[in-house]
Amino acid sequence: MEVNKFVEAKSISEAYDLIKADRLNKVIGGGAWLKISMKKAKTLISLDNLGLDYIKEELDYIEVGAQTSLRKLETNKSIKSLSSGILSKAINHIMGITIRNIATIGGSIMGKFAFSDLYPVLLVMNVKLTFFKLGEISFEEYIDIPRVNDDILVNIKFKKNDSLGYFKKVSKTALDFAMINMAITTTNNNFKIAIGSKPSIAQLSKSTMKFLNSQDKLDDEKIEKACDLAVEESNINSNVRASKEYREVLIKTYLKRGIKQVIK
Amino acid sequence: MKINLKINGISKILEVEPGEFLLDVLRRNNYLSVRRGCDNSSCGVCTVLFDNKPVPSCSLLAVKANNHEITTVEGIQEEANKLAKCFGEYGADQCGFCNPSMALTVYALKQENKNATDEEIKEYLVGNLCRCTGYVSQHKAIKKYLGEKNESS
Repeated sequence: MEVNKFVEAKSISEAYDLIKADRLNKVIGGGAWLKISMKKAKTLISLDNLGLDYIKEELDYIEVGAQTSLRKLETNKSIKSLSSGILSKAINHIMGITIRNIATIGGSIMGKFAFSDLYPVLLVMNVKLTFFKLGEISFEEYIDIPRVNDDILVNIKFKKNDSLGYFKKVSKTALDFAMINMAITTTNNNFKIAIGSKPSIAQLSKSTMKFLNSQDKLDDEKIEKACDLAVEESNINSNVRASKEYREVLIKTYLKRGIKQVIK
Repeated sequence: MKINLKINGISKILEVEPGEFLLDVLRRNNYLSVRRGCDNSSCGVCTVLFDNKPVPSCSLLAVKANNHEITTVEGIQEEANKLAKCFGEYGADQCGFCNPSMALTVYALKQENKNATDEEIKEYLVGNLCRCTGYVSQHKAIKKYLGEKNESS
């Protein structure tokens, strides 16, 4: 990797000024995916000394600094208490513990990796992102905007909830990227469903959610219909990991299991 | 640029390039027990302890290790020897290429979770590949090592 300079930012505004000064100046999180995602940078800007490595519990939400490692998040008791612990479960499926000790939540979010196991979970968990300039936006809004290269993610807020959750990643080996991944939450029969790695980036299955949320009582027939709807609206395609057809079968199979699990 | 590291308890000042990874720096400075395998964080043979946590040195920028502590297998020699005996007893060793990294990860597991279950052992070691043994014998050896430590602690 070709890098001219490394700077340990002394403030978020210093880091922001540096990325604004040249598009080849790049902020790094943990740097875990640098080798596969970056060939060249004029200046690499580290946020390690800005106090962004923390998990703080407030009355209504849990705030996580962008430089918090995935492993710290995975093992945190407060995070495990949200939505049946689906965030911890999703992180637990990301490669090995060694890489999760380096990779940060901020870097994982900013990368906008289509294979991300975190994205479906963050979509169904009522998550807000705080950027230095952009301010606070929901994770759902973040998914819909182009990749943010000229701002700095400061923290992530998880609204406390008593929802039930389900997460599933299907991959060929423990270390491989997902063929599909999905997350479901439900609070008082209000469903949120997100499907990712299809192979495009995760999205909420809005028609499926609308259908499920309009039902008084769910039976097998209605769940089957929801699964068909999810396949229809998910823009599924083939790539080297799995064919479109196989992904469709996986989504139907695991969505059915997931819905049944959260309505038990 | 220069970075300050404590490697196996000894303070070092090393010259590194801004885009260089820790694995390259360690090997250039003769820490050859830190192996190069896949070079993309998948195989685990480049594992070192970074402030006592196992990390893949192939994917950690050397500059990010500035003012931190790095431990290679030489820094946990006594514990590595105990694990090696257990590996020998269960035939959990063939070429030995992955042994230093395996020892460091098992040592870190022991520090983090003194009573790891079978599942927790498997989960902790999912990023440390061995192409020789098939893992069953290693798993048994690791359980024995952890058990021995439990009895003495």
